[in-house]
Amino acid sequence: MKKIVAAKKIIGALALGAIVAAAGGAAEAKEWKKVRVATEGAYAPWNATDPSGKLIGFEVDLAKELCKKMNAECEIVAQDWDGMIPALQQGKYDAIMAAMSITDEREKVITFAGPYGTEPSMFGTMKNSPLAQVKFDAERIDLAADAPANKAAIDKMAEALKGKTVGVQTSTIQANFMEKHLPKVSVRTYDKLDNAGIDLAAGRVDAIFGDRSATEAIVKTNKDMTLFGPGFARGVLGKGVGVGLRKADGDLKELFNKAIAEANKDGTITKLSTQHFGYDISIK
Amino acid sequence: MNWELMWDSVPTLLGGVPVTLELVGLALLFGAVVAFAVAMLRLSGNRIAERAMAAYVFVFRGTPLLVQIFLIYYGLGQFAFVRDSFLWPFLREPFWCAILALTLNTGAYTSEILRGAILSVPLGQVEAARACGMSRTLVFRRIVLPVAIRQMLPAYGNEIILMVKASSLASTITLLEITGIARKVIAQSFAVFEIFIVAGTIYLLLNFLASRAIRYAEWRMTPYLRARG
Repeated sequence: MKKIVAAKKIIGALALGAIVAAAGGAAEAKEWKKVRVATEGAYAPWNATDPSGKLIGFEVDLAKELCKKMNAECEIVAQDWDGMIPALQQGKYDAIMAAMSITDEREKVITFAGPYGTEPSMFGTMKNSPLAQVKFDAERIDLAADAPANKAAIDKMAEALKGKTVGVQTSTIQANFMEKHLPKVSVRTYDKLDNAGIDLAAGRVDAIFGDRSATEAIVKTNKDMTLFGPGFARGVLGKGVGVGLRKADGDLKELFNKAIAEANKDGTITKLSTQHFGYDISIK
Repeated sequence: MNWELMWDSVPTLLGGVPVTLELVGLALLFGAVVAFAVAMLRLSGNRIAERAMAAYVFVFRGTPLLVQIFLIYYGLGQFAFVRDSFLWPFLREPFWCAILALTLNTGAYTSEILRGAILSVPLGQVEAARACGMSRTLVFRRIVLPVAIRQMLPAYGNEIILMVKASSLASTITLLEITGIARKVIAQSFAVFEIFIVAGTIYLLLNFLASRAIRYAEWRMTPYLRARG
């Protein structure tokens, strides 16, 4: 008898708790009618400022779309990179969307929703190099996904780069990638990827490896150069770019995560990314 | 200050000492040959050779070593005829580009030191040797050059110490000598202060040994200045 009463009491308590939680959730959700999103406005194509001073770019458009999905009004504000996280903590705005990669250091101070994108890393080489002829099945390799296709692509890359030298920028995620996934390939480290590009043209290195946008910028300056191989992302190459939020705003994080998942599903992120980058940076 | 990090970085940074010593040693060796040839040509009495060598010294003393390294490494590699030439197997390697830049640089400075030392040899000594019936070459070999080398040692010691420090610029063209390794460690640990203190200490130690060796050489070459024992 006692046991049943106790059980009833527990069920009652649980139900009450659920109601309170639901009510609380609803009340808090109402609070986020307006979300202030900060961006830098100086890191095209992620975010930029047009000549009239208006904030533009991939993240500005994406922020508007995400707010729409969250039924909130978006206010986009500009903030210098240096003070980005402190100003979030002071409450000057509620979210950061400024090509901010999710890192362990940052996660100690703030929390992240997402990631909503990640810039793939790509190899560049000379058009007449045998490397340019190697065909890869996959166009994108998500190292966090741990698919069998990943291993195949990395093995193929290791085979192609056997006895070759790759130029990377010192202590970048790309340098870490080479160390972890292609340890047998000799690597030469440069203070800037641009200098690695000069040495690629001179034939001192056989390939360069960097952020797709950086590698692409170098390849575009020389008509004899080309990108090759798939775009690598995540895993050792970083967790991707997310929405930076105060740790206390767990509810806002949930809202953003939901909106990002939706935007991923309906193709909004892919569409915006193709529009601004010319390629897909979404994380599937 | 992170003492543990400093201590742990010592063996890593010491790993760069062989490359630094190779750079300095080879550059000084080749540089001495260049300097000797340039000094001889500058004193040869041939107007064209004198002017050409003066121009070489002017250019390499008057421009920063960093610029020279960049011009040789990144500059020369841009030209197809350089890349097709027999020199490319050397110029392709950052190590030999650094050696070339350091050699030409130290060659210019050292040639001036040597020229000054040769000119400072007292004329009376040369005349005395001639009077003894020595030929011009013999006078040069037996009298002028030994006296000049003794004379130039303090200034040349300076040049050696400068070269040990100048070799750090090779890190800008991907060479992993002491500074190159230090920069790599800093990029991973962000401990600029600690790592550069360790790197600086290693250079200090190398230059301490270098200055001792020069002082010993000076002592050996000046027995006539010592009290007879």
